[in-house]
Amino acid sequence: MDGFVRVPVREQDAKVRATNFEEVCLGYNKEEAEKEALRCLNCKNPQCVQGCPVSIDIPGFISKVKTGDVEGAYQTISKSSALPAVCGRVCPQESQCEGKCIRGIKGDAVSIGKLERYVADTARELGIKPEGAKEKKGKKVAVIGSGPSGLTCAGDLAKMGYDVTIFEALHEAGGVLVYGIPEFRLPKTAVVKKEIENVKSLGVKLETDVVIGKSVTIDELMEKEGFEAVFIGSGAGLPRFMNIPGEQAMGVFSANEFLTRSNLMKAFDENSRTPIMRPKKCVVVGGGNVAMDAARTALRLGAEVHVVYRRGEEELPARKEEVGHAKEEGIIFDLLTNPVEIHADENGWVKGITCIRMELGEPDESGRRSPVEVPGSEFEIECDAVIMSLGTSPNPLISSTTQGLEVNRRKCIVAQEDNGQTSKPGVFAGGDAVTGAATVILAMGAGKAAAKGIDEYLSK
Amino acid sequence: MFKILEANELATNIFQMIVEAPRVADACLPGQFLIIRVDDEGERIPLTICDYNREKGTVEIVVQAIGAETYKLSKLKAGDELADVVGPLGKPSDLCEMSVEELKKKKIVFIAGGVGTAPVYPQAKYLKELGVDCDVIIGAKTKDLVILEDRFKEVCNLHITTDDGSYGRSGMVTKALQDLWDEGNKYDHCVAIGPMIMMKFVCKLTQELGIPTVVSMNPIMVDGTGMCGACRLTVGGKVQFACVDGPEFDGHKVDFDQAMNRMKLYKTEEGRLFLKAQEGDTHHGGCGNCE
Repeated sequence: MDGFVRVPVREQDAKVRATNFEEVCLGYNKEEAEKEALRCLNCKNPQCVQGCPVSIDIPGFISKVKTGDVEGAYQTISKSSALPAVCGRVCPQESQCEGKCIRGIKGDAVSIGKLERYVADTARELGIKPEGAKEKKGKKVAVIGSGPSGLTCAGDLAKMGYDVTIFEALHEAGGVLVYGIPEFRLPKTAVVKKEIENVKSLGVKLETDVVIGKSVTIDELMEKEGFEAVFIGSGAGLPRFMNIPGEQAMGVFSANEFLTRSNLMKAFDENSRTPIMRPKKCVVVGGGNVAMDAARTALRLGAEVHVVYRRGEEELPARKEEVGHAKEEGIIFDLLTNPVEIHADENGWVKGITCIRMELGEPDESGRRSPVEVPGSEFEIECDAVIMSLGTSPNPLISSTTQGLEVNRRKCIVAQEDNGQTSKPGVFAGGDAVTGAATVILAMGAGKAAAKGIDEYLSK
Repeated sequence: MFKILEANELATNIFQMIVEAPRVADACLPGQFLIIRVDDEGERIPLTICDYNREKGTVEIVVQAIGAETYKLSKLKAGDELADVVGPLGKPSDLCEMSVEELKKKKIVFIAGGVGTAPVYPQAKYLKELGVDCDVIIGAKTKDLVILEDRFKEVCNLHITTDDGSYGRSGMVTKALQDLWDEGNKYDHCVAIGPMIMMKFVCKLTQELGIPTVVSMNPIMVDGTGMCGACRLTVGGKVQFACVDGPEFDGHKVDFDQAMNRMKLYKTEEGRLFLKAQEGDTHHGGCGNCE
């Protein structure tokens, strides 16, 4: 029954990849892609497009893949997305486009993500670039942050003809794509850098090493540097900790620190000048995608890794694919378990962690069943490192230095969902800075909406 | 790229550089810091700002070559370029928030230890420009390691002390502070910047003397913008991030022992990298010193 099963995608063997930082998924080749594309029914009312936060014309690009027209497929995607090679790799397709695919009712959904990746990767190999603006508008827009929302917003505005400058606080562009998501999920030089070059090829300028709110404020950009509108895509913020005893011991890291060292600073490479701890036995606390990334990074650095999560398997917020990959690679999941205290040796280094068993009670506000401690069930896990992956709280750098920018109770920037407009005229925002930690594609969707909002604002 | 306009060795292993970084120069205030990368593969290193010139768009940094990266930095000359200079980072000094009247009512003493002398300079200079007097105690191991003496003399009442008594007063900065106090200098605001161990003992003394004390913390950092959490400290029982909540904190509330312990985190690895940088191509790990 050919039509019911998707063409499987080739992956690096789990045992081999557990010891290297090469990409796990190898992607489709031409033959596989065209075969998978044939499974698309080209629905009149395509549900998949509604499932896509940036509304890519999915049946449109797949029908071009069917005929071998990669360039056509790429330009179709490019109309909606500035980062197809990234999205094809890290989007949670199962709950978005693929989750709505009619094929999925009886059998496998069309492998839209893998097809998108195939198109983007092949276009890159062929040197195909996105099409830029035909006419310039002569208006300057500043984009703060070069992560998914900023790149998308900048790319869309440049295509409309705006003069866009991206300001990035770090020394390298890409935001979470370079500091957060590991090489084995998203290759930096081959994929991320090239997608950023594509955005720059649209005429977008990039200034690294500028911390907005410190080096220059939004008010100064608008009053002194001639920017008529600003998009804030500054991302998530300060890592959260549990506030349990022992959290300041040596060997306790935030997932952000561990991943930044490994990804942005390339500490996984022995030749890197930035050090990283290579634990023997490591406990990662949390169950999200970031926790999976930290766990799989620690594993590749040579550790036995335990993921400690207070809810059960069903409630793991990470993508199923990531959890599956982690398990295949040998990561141990200690579910319904919560840390109570971290123990250090006489020199201050982590030597173990006391956890308690949990059981699920009534559903909480988020609809998930809230975990409750099982009295007297404490036990110890011996380990030399603990990585806290508990999400982030917003960075106050911008909100505290911009006059008239409203934030909500959680200190996230308040912005309208449909156009990104904030409480300050001319200032728009989107991505994690508005929603708190979420996904790459949601941030891209927000960047896209804000680009439209900015265009409307500046066209008045 | 950020061009180095001047590079001098102020004392053995202590280097001063003037670097073109217009955005930092335009925005920085006393108390803030910056992060540099020597080259494209370099580590991000936080450094204090010693002085700045807004018209020329330059910042002055003073750095001690103590690790692989600072060693590489110390080898650069005027005309060379740094891959990155980003800042200013952290909050400006509390002194920048106070009015001239408030400042004039205070009797302020700065205590500067070693290379921590550099970040004290812009604070003393700032006060001088407002017409506010202050005392500065510079502590160094020995005479040759006293830096910036002439420039300090122009902006404050300067007291120098050396551990070995080879210059100025004799003994640690804590002794100098106690002596000055006993001589009748009843300070009511102290700012201590230097090695953590120095700041710890200054705080112990100022607690006894009842002088509110601000310290500038310099823990391990990666991004310096409030993203990674490496620089966390316990201040007054609460977790604080030196890069965005600091670097200046109430010294009487900082858990110094914990902060000093956390500084050891990458010591072995850093030492290995330092040896590699020093020995260059001759490094092969054979002597075992790096193990």
